[in-house]
Parts: sequence; C-alpha cells; structure tokens
Amino acid sequence: MTSPLKDPIREGLTRGWQVYDGAALTQDLQLDCDVAIVGSGAGGGISAEVLAQAGLKVLLIEEGALKSSTDFRLLESEAYPQLYQESANRQTLDKGITILQGRTVGGSTTVNWTSSFRPPVETLAWWREKHGLSELGEAEMLPWIAKAEARVHIGEWLAPPNPNNSVLEKGCSALGYSHGRIRRNVHDCWNLGYCGMGCPTNAKQSMLVTTIPSALDKGAGLLARVRVERLLLSADHKHVDAVEGLALKADTLTPSGVKVRIKARHVVLCGGAIGTPALLLRSGAPDPHEVLGKRTFLHPVVLSGAIMPEQIEPWSGAPQTVYSNHFLHTWPIDGQLGYKLEVPPVHPVLLATTLTGFGPDHARLMQDMPHLNVMLALTRDGFHPDSQGGTVKLKKDGSPALDYPITDPVWQAFRQAWRSMAELQFAAGAKSVLTVHENAKPASSWAEARTQIDTLPLEILRARVVSAHVMGGAAMGADAQSGVVNHWGEHWQLDNLSVIDGSLFPTSIGANPQLSVYTFALRNASRLASRLS
Amino acid sequence: MISRRQLLKTGLAGSALLLAAGFLARPDPDALRASDTQGLDTRFLNASDTNLLAAIAPVMLGLSLDANQLKALLFGVDAAITGLPLMLQAEVRQLLDLLGNRWGRRYLAGVKAPWSSASVAELHAFLDGWRQSRFTLLRSGYQALHGLINAAWYANPASFAALSYGVPAQGRILQ
Repeated sequence: MTSPLKDPIREGLTRGWQVYDGAALTQDLQLDCDVAIVGSGAGGGISAEVLAQAGLKVLLIEEGALKSSTDFRLLESEAYPQLYQESANRQTLDKGITILQGRTVGGSTTVNWTSSFRPPVETLAWWREKHGLSELGEAEMLPWIAKAEARVHIGEWLAPPNPNNSVLEKGCSALGYSHGRIRRNVHDCWNLGYCGMGCPTNAKQSMLVTTIPSALDKGAGLLARVRVERLLLSADHKHVDAVEGLALKADTLTPSGVKVRIKARHVVLCGGAIGTPALLLRSGAPDPHEVLGKRTFLHPVVLSGAIMPEQIEPWSGAPQTVYSNHFLHTWPIDGQLGYKLEVPPVHPVLLATTLTGFGPDHARLMQDMPHLNVMLALTRDGFHPDSQGGTVKLKKDGSPALDYPITDPVWQAFRQAWRSMAELQFAAGAKSVLTVHENAKPASSWAEARTQIDTLPLEILRARVVSAHVMGGAAMGADAQSGVVNHWGEHWQLDNLSVIDGSLFPTSIGANPQLSVYTFALRNASRLASRLS
Repeated sequence: MISRRQLLKTGLAGSALLLAAGFLARPDPDALRASDTQGLDTRFLNASDTNLLAAIAPVMLGLSLDANQLKALLFGVDAAITGLPLMLQAEVRQLLDLLGNRWGRRYLAGVKAPWSSASVAELHAFLDGWRQSRFTLLRSGYQALHGLINAAWYANPASFAALSYGVPAQGRILQ
C-alpha cells in the first residue's frame, strides 16, 4: 500500500524542479551558479532558502538520496541503510562511540526526533567570554532564534507525554529534580513515534518539507547522490575555484565514475561537523594555525534501561517530550561535566543493537520491550579543561574518521549519569534497572544498582556510548589563530567560502542542536545574501 | 615475541592482531558441512561466512531458529553489510575470514570443533570471551557480530510478534 497523503517532494518534481539524481547521470556534468551549498541538513536547507529568496542562483549538493514521505514506511530495515550515515552505524575511530547521523536530503533534520531547544544562554555567554565571540549577545541572537522557530513551526507539544517520557517526569518529580516539556517542530503531528525513520505524514517540519521545497520553487537546483570530493583552490590558496563531486550509484555508496564539477561565486559548507572538516582537509584548505578538524564535539550519551510495572510501549508516541537540565546546572559549566536527561524512542533494531549482553538474557530483555523505559544522558563536552572533544582525520580512502578518545572527566560524568538515571527510574517505580554496560546486570533496587555502577570498568566497548549530535571542527574564532571561520562563518583564509552548520560551534552546545544550527544558519546566510546580491 | 602487556601498553594490539590474522588466514578454511545454508544467493557472504554465522547466530540471539528463519537472518546480515561503506565492508571481510579459517577459530576464538559442529557451550564461551576480552580489537569483533546479527534479526518483521511490537493502526495505512 502507498501512503494516501500528499508528498510535497513528488509534487514538486512533477512541477519541474531542477533535481539531478547522481545515480541517473550517465555523463559528466558541469554547472555554474552563484552559491554552491554542500550538504542539505539544518545548515544547508536554511541557507538554500535564504539565498534563493535573495535572487541568487543556488545549487544544493547532497551525498544521500532524495527520499520523501511516500518512501517512509515506518521500517527500521529501510530507514537505517537509506537515510543514515553508514547505516546508522557510524563510529568513532576506536569504535568507542556509535553516531546516529542523517544522510539524505534534509540531512539529520529528516530523521531527528524533533526536539527543539534554544541555544543555551550559558553556552553563548561562554563563547563570548572564553572564545572572544563578543558579537553573539542575547539581543543579537534572539530575533534569529524567533525567526527560526517560526520557520519550522516550533511550539509547545500539548499532548501528554508517552509513558516512556512520563517515567522521566515522574522520577524527577519524586526526587525534586527540575524538569520540563520539550518543544517540537511539528505541524498536525499524528503522535506515531517513528520520527527516526522519516516522517510519513510530513508533520515534522524538517528541511525536506520546508526550506528545500521553497528554495527549489524559487529556482534553486538540487543534486542528490553526489559526494563532494574536493574544493579546487586557486594557485594562491585564497579562493575556491570549483567544487568537484562524484556521482554515486543507486546504492548511494559506490561512485559510478561520472564526475560533477560546479563553478560558483561562493561556496557554503553544510556537511556537518564530521563531513565539513573532512572536505576541507581533503581539499588541502589553508590551515596555518592547525585548528581545522580539532575540537570536534559530540554529546557523548550513556543509557539506562528499566523494566516498569506498567505498559510503556516505548516506540509509540512523540519520542522526546520531557527533559531535565538538573545536572547541567548542578556544577560550574567548566567543572564536573554536566548532562541533560531525556529518553529515546525504542524500536527493535535500535534496542537490540544497543542493548548489551547476548543469548537468553538479551532475548528476555527484548521480550520485555513493552514494559521497557530507556533513559539517556547527553554529556556537555568542550568546557572542562581536560575534555576537549575529538579530531576529524581522514581514512586512507579520504572518508572522514572522528578520533574521539573518551577522557577521564567524561568517564566520571558517565558514572554519575548512570547513577542519576538508575535513581530516577527506581523513583518512578522501576522493577529493575540495567545500566547499558557489558559488565552490568539487572539490579532490583537503587542500592544494588549504585553498588554495581560504582565498580563498572570505565572502558570503551564495555560501556555503550552513543551520540546523535555532531558539532565543531571548523569553529568560529575571534581571529585566525583560534578558529577556522569568523562569527559569520566566513573562512579566515578562503575569501569565497563559508561554513554554515554545527561545525561552527566552538564547544558542544549542551542541548539537542537543531534549533541552534537553524539560528546560526539564518543569521549567517542572511548576511551572506546581502554580501552577494 | 611481544608480551600481552607490551601489546596493551604500546596500543599496538590492533595492528599486531591483524598481522597475526594475516598469517592465520593461510590455512584452508574448515570443510563445510552440507546444510540448509549452502547455495544461498548472497552478495557479500560466502559459504564459509554463512557456515560460521549460522552456528553463532542462535547463540548470540538466545533463540532457536528453524531453517527458514536462519536463511532470513543470513540474508539480513548480508543486506546489513552491503549497506555499509566499502572500508567498513573490508573490515567485516577481515573479521569473517579470520574466524572462518581453522587457526583463527582454534587460537583466537578458542573453538576446537569446526563451527558447524561446535557445541553451544563452546560458542557461548567464545562470544563471552571476546565480549569481555582485555583487547579492544576482540571486543570490537564481538560488537560487530552482535550488531550485525541483532540488526538482521530484529529488522525482520517476523521477529516483531515476540516483542509485541507493531505499527499502530493509524500508521498502517502509511505503509
């Protein structure tokens, strides 16, 4: 059966949008435009609309395929290989952290869980004070935040939290921890819970259904399944002359041999905090102060599972509607690492692969899925002097590798977060709690869980560590010594190159990042539009 | 001969073990037992891989699988691998080749009998040994097998009933 709903992408294609599918190209392609945008996620989508609105000829280049609501059939088996980087199994260099990152038109905004948080004021203050980014005042940022919220329909979510989220709310209420409801970028949401597989009803106001159709309607072009290999630089290394890409076959993995070359007055990099630094590295972009790719951040996440007496069905309903910032505000921002508490949606593949252990123990936990609550803690990296994130490097085939050693302050935060989550789950009435670590066993009381957590070895590939947020690596700096770009995202050495994605951030942001990326993208793309037109 | 302590300290465990794997890859693979899993039309997995995975998967999952379920699982693993970037596919190939040959099975996995006749206890000991190994390379090998086998099994809607998992009624019209 196919969806009875309208599909704005298929309709636009019928209207005659300029869209190239790399897999369908049979001969090399050369294109000219005002602005070439590499990557179609939060940064690229917003930039495409702003620049196309200003009357500029825009080309949006995306490595992933163009998939839309008709293709989104609520199946993990289809979503992960089609819509995610490395089949939702992207890992850091030592395989210690697994990263969920989108790779499709719309980028991660097509598959995210719709959580919308403003850029935290304490993070912006830190950037002003410690990174010299004095321009990023609250009065400067607020209008852009408001505009971004309006553009992607961010608002209160009025339906009650699903039982999985309610566990976090109940636990926080019982223990007196501050907590709140998460705002979402949805419109007429059906409350199904399959956001991570692409929204089948187009309720999620991702780039795929908002800015990208709008840019295409204004004459922008889109190339999907084209992997940008390198930027061709002028002889004096001050200018980008062209963008070179490889068309990918229908598998979205293998280059077909067809080459794409785009000449543009200006190039905007929006490939995310792993892809953008890697492209600059592959291109031999000037990096006189050796800052490129450094200080790339995740919010490293640890997890805790609980068997609840009541029915939870953690796959059903809006995935993230409750949060607690209690442990982000317990210690100084540059002290012991703080963490944000949320719950993830739980579907079979994500659960089975994330859950530790094997054999009958694992099978039993899987069968307990209807009663399972999972909690997660996002740690805020990049503030503590001994915790400065990771480094983007290149593998021998030129693809990116994120070297992200987990430092002692992060491990200590993990142990603390496991404790907090177990305490919250028992306070909410859990029958048993399993810290997601290969050496942990289900504990039937808070005391038992705490004793166990205190002795868990802090080692990769024992603790399950995941992440969905990539930031930094081509950061803003007050000068060329401290950053790859200035606060407008303009490259310090290349005069027609901007970075407009999460790689701008000089630390992790300390919240689910989509709204922060939208905000900076609107601000910086607007500035670029006025510069170019 | 480098000691285990030195290996850990120098952080060379990974490359040294891979070197060892190169040597170990020389002997012939285990003789294959004629079974239901042979002759599958897979894109990545060869007969030695399917032989190995067919033995490990039920122990990994903690489930007994009939011939059709096993076939579906192997197709699922094959599909999962072919969706990975080519560099990662090459790593999986290395892992499966390592386990698929006699010496790798005997000395790195610690499984004496050929995969198809190894006992559940032996297979369990191998998986748990790698899971809890002091070497990150072996732990990552275990995690790769864990990820592939679980992703393949639980991506299959046939596994959903046992979990009471299903798309809600109002979502089904969208499928």
